[in-house]
Amino acid sequence: MIQFDDMDRRILRALVEDASQTAGALGRVLGLSQSATWRRIKRLTDAGVIAGRRLELDKEQLGFGVTVFLGVKLATKGRVGLEDFERAVRAVPEVQTIQHVLGLYDYRLRVVARDLPDFERVLRRRIMTLPGVGNVEANVMLSEERLAGPL
Amino acid sequence: MLDDIDRRLLRYLQSDPGLSAVELAERARLPVATASRRVERLRKDRVIAADRAVVDWRALGYEVEVSLRVTLDKTAPRAFDDFIQAARALSEVVEIQTFLGQVDVRLSVIARDMGHYQTIYRDGVLALPHITDIEALMHVATLKSEEALPI
Repeated sequence: MIQFDDMDRRILRALVEDASQTAGALGRVLGLSQSATWRRIKRLTDAGVIAGRRLELDKEQLGFGVTVFLGVKLATKGRVGLEDFERAVRAVPEVQTIQHVLGLYDYRLRVVARDLPDFERVLRRRIMTLPGVGNVEANVMLSEERLAGPL
Repeated sequence: MLDDIDRRLLRYLQSDPGLSAVELAERARLPVATASRRVERLRKDRVIAADRAVVDWRALGYEVEVSLRVTLDKTAPRAFDDFIQAARALSEVVEIQTFLGQVDVRLSVIARDMGHYQTIYRDGVLALPHITDIEALMHVATLKSEEALPI
């Protein structure tokens, strides 16, 4: 595991807030030279700690009023069943995240839709028709917050 | 109002947030000045709400991720507020979502290993107020995580 000091922590926190800042601007805030900041960012990226960059778009302004989490239980198990399901679910554009889980469900999906009728369409036409789908539980998201975590 | 050009720009930026102004303009087949002006406006109108670095907790030694689905005692008038406020104070909680459905709140919790998770669960999670039921889903793998909107 990567050696991780307090300065790395501060750099990471700053980039989670705003990944578009340049190494120079970030360094000035943290009292570090541009090249030292850049080297640290590169090290964090190479070590896989910074896994990428994500744009957070305003769903409502883009016309997506509904986010639903689905718990999916497969009806048929076995390796082929999992692979078929995974291949098909990846191709559904409304499915934003897919997590394979252990517990009450096999998969957790995050789905966006324009409104509830649109969600119903996605559910019937795109989710319930996926290979191997058994029981599906839906929970409509009301609010969400992301925290910095142990940084 | 957003038009097709805005959506096109957002589509490219969403799939590659690190694109320079020149690269973005080239892909969207727009003059650089036009593309930059539009992106500027999308940021100002908060259609682009944030641009964040994505942290891979595994690379920092957090091997365990658990989704805790919590049902709250709704006879307590401040159940949601009290619960969420207390959950925010647990540093290993990285996401909090509230729902309409069978589940009231979902917490995403990370831990270094199962022993660490057990400590967090016993001392932190079970001490949160107004819980009537709690159910855990252990993450095995994340198959898709970009959270892209189908714009």
